[in-house]
Amino acid sequence: MDVTSPRIRFLFGFLAVFLALIFATIVLALTTDDPLGAYYNVLIGSFGSMTKLSDVLVAWVPLLLATSGLLVTFTAGLWNIGIEGQITLGAIFTTAVIKALQGSDLPPEMVIFLSILSGALGGALWASAVGWLKIYGGVNEIFGGLGMNFVATALTLWLIFGPWKRPGIGSMSGTEPFNSIYWLPQIGDLRISWWSLGIGIAGIVLIYLLLNGTYFGLRLSAVGKNGKAAYLMGLPTTRYLMMSFLICGAFAGLAGAVQVTGVYHRLIPSISSGYGFLGLLVGMLVNYQAVWAAPVALFFAALNIGSIQLPIVMKLDSALSGVLQGALVLFVLLMNGVRQRLLGKQ
Amino acid sequence: MRIELRHIHKHFGKVHANNDISLMIESGGIQGILGENGAGKSTLMKILSGFIQADSGEILMDGKQIIISSPADAIRHGIGMLHQDPLDFPPMRVIDNFLIGQRGGIFPDRKAALRGLMEMQQKLDFSISPSAYVDMLTVGERQQLEIMRLLWLGARVLILDEPTTGISALQKDKLFATLKQLAKQGITILFVSHKLEDVEYLCEKIAVLRRGVLVGNVSPPYSTDELVEMMFGKVVSFGGRDPCLNNEELLTLENIGIEDDRLNIRDVNFSLCRGEVVGLAGMEGSGQRQFLRLLAGLLRPVAGKILLDGKDITGKPYHYFVKNGVSYMPAARLEEGLFPGLTLTDHFILAGEQKGFIIQRELARQQAQKKIEEFSIFGTPTSPVEALSGGNQQRTLLALQRPGLKILLLEHPTRGLDIESSLWVWEKLKERCRQGASIFFISSDLEEILQYSDRVLVFYGGKISQPLKAEETTTDQLGQLIGGKGW
Repeated sequence: MDVTSPRIRFLFGFLAVFLALIFATIVLALTTDDPLGAYYNVLIGSFGSMTKLSDVLVAWVPLLLATSGLLVTFTAGLWNIGIEGQITLGAIFTTAVIKALQGSDLPPEMVIFLSILSGALGGALWASAVGWLKIYGGVNEIFGGLGMNFVATALTLWLIFGPWKRPGIGSMSGTEPFNSIYWLPQIGDLRISWWSLGIGIAGIVLIYLLLNGTYFGLRLSAVGKNGKAAYLMGLPTTRYLMMSFLICGAFAGLAGAVQVTGVYHRLIPSISSGYGFLGLLVGMLVNYQAVWAAPVALFFAALNIGSIQLPIVMKLDSALSGVLQGALVLFVLLMNGVRQRLLGKQ
Repeated sequence: MRIELRHIHKHFGKVHANNDISLMIESGGIQGILGENGAGKSTLMKILSGFIQADSGEILMDGKQIIISSPADAIRHGIGMLHQDPLDFPPMRVIDNFLIGQRGGIFPDRKAALRGLMEMQQKLDFSISPSAYVDMLTVGERQQLEIMRLLWLGARVLILDEPTTGISALQKDKLFATLKQLAKQGITILFVSHKLEDVEYLCEKIAVLRRGVLVGNVSPPYSTDELVEMMFGKVVSFGGRDPCLNNEELLTLENIGIEDDRLNIRDVNFSLCRGEVVGLAGMEGSGQRQFLRLLAGLLRPVAGKILLDGKDITGKPYHYFVKNGVSYMPAARLEEGLFPGLTLTDHFILAGEQKGFIIQRELARQQAQKKIEEFSIFGTPTSPVEALSGGNQQRTLLALQRPGLKILLLEHPTRGLDIESSLWVWEKLKERCRQGASIFFISSDLEEILQYSDRVLVFYGGKISQPLKAEETTTDQLGQLIGGKGW
């Protein structure tokens, strides 16, 4: 049996999904008499109406942007845990630009454009700190990223309760919402915007092309797969590592910018909504390949949105989506491990 | 304790590392285990100490068969191994290291351990402070600590793997005295080494291994010539050397000094001419690797100058060396040379020149196909490189080398290759020489060194010999120099 063949890979992947579903069903069966009903409700809750579908897409775009960025750092062999902070900084930069320019003579479209651009810049800056720490300070990117995440959260709270607080009193509900001329235009009365959909799709396509068709992508992958050999071959490895952080940070910043301009229209304390961490899961699940990122991210977004139904309809906790997502990743990794073991035995 | 090994076999893939080895070691004896790198001595000792398991064969202790499936098992049977690099915990204190490996109890009995350590130090005449940190100790002291720890754990058989590398002469004398004292107390000692003078001086018997086979187990008086021949096999002569193209100097080393935590090489002067092949001989860890990395720009000299084509390149970064036509091919092909997970085409794209931003996949595939044919690599453009055999990986590594190189630095260019592949590799390398490139290569195969080099440098314990003309040198002479004789 050739355990590296695509068919065997697919079989193991299928088995992993199957096992994850069984596991989630067992967890459900412990809390309700009707586990299948729960799945049905999640399905209805995510695809049951146009409004629901658009809500799923609202979650999909930032998740897809985060995943796209993470594919770059994963390719370079890096674990960019700091992505949450990078999304947050993207949101902060975006908010800052809109706050500064709202009411100015610039057309609103220009303001939105500049704010999104600076969001990407903010994310990239925050990521560059992790990169510097990693490359020149010898601090593992996981620890550096984790630290920067806390700093980002603290910064958000300080802004919301300090300089940017609502007139009167600061509250957890965030800063004062912007005038709706500074919102990304929505489709009808749906919450999703063509613009954010466009940014998300363009992002993943760009990353796919970058990683699969360019010298940059191939070299990045060489650095990630064997840094020592890449260095001996004469590749400037540190530059590639830094570039991957910057690109991932920029994509994370874009995700933050979309959250601000397209979804919340203000800065809120948990602006990243955990899409960074979820993106890490998606990245692992698709085995760091860009091809599958979009559908899997859509599936994860649907789970997140659909499970909101659970507490409403069935009085179940909405954490089910997290259980299923976590179980999926764990079982896929486990099955990969089993496959590798079989490979080693040969 | 009397140890008996019966018909030990061990395979690593295609390599037969231990081939039917039977050996009897008397209680209280000092048994030498001699052999060149890769002869199978470490494998045999690792089997005895439970690090790895034999494929077949028996181990008997005082006539009773025992099964050793882990190092903990071995120490339970009274067998302890002192590794070449001490397996201790440098950031911890001496006394904590001493306690590690102790069985039973949640709370270690520090007082008893301290008493034990001090008593043993007195008996063996060591003086290590129990509260010192291990990373402050010398390698010799760390060995002493390891010996005491193993004895305290109840070892009656001590295996020492190359214990005299990296310690001073004084510490070596001390170690030998200790070992003789321990042997008198009935401890059985297995002394693994490639240093002829050490085993000749210390051991009551010497077992010689060559390519996995026990060639003999000799008793004193020893004849050095006989031992060398047993280690390296019969002297075979080959032809096939290209004369130096001209006497144009390509690279000059002036009073170079190399230092790392084990070695201190001083005042190396050497000049290399265009098209020349220089073989670097010596036991592993004698400084050849450092020398090669120095030439690659990966290690900076602590003194002296490197001139390439008359230009001072001392202290320049590695990338500068690469740009100036120096190429380094590491021995660990998959670890340092190639990219597991990438295909052959990917490798050729990476090594080739960048044309634009987007990769022309179809063109790249065709070029890869051409290279694959030119270098007779058994694979396709889409084969992942880790799926290739060792010989084909080496061919790939060669195929990746840029044209127009000035200096090729090779570590074990034919290690693990069959004869046909080796010949082929050298054919390609000689072609490079005819185009004006010079080669430095490390090899533990003396025949290969003498066959292909114009000149040979021998490394021994941080010293580098004067360049020897390969045509005027025999494997015997080389073997003696490598073993530390005749310096």
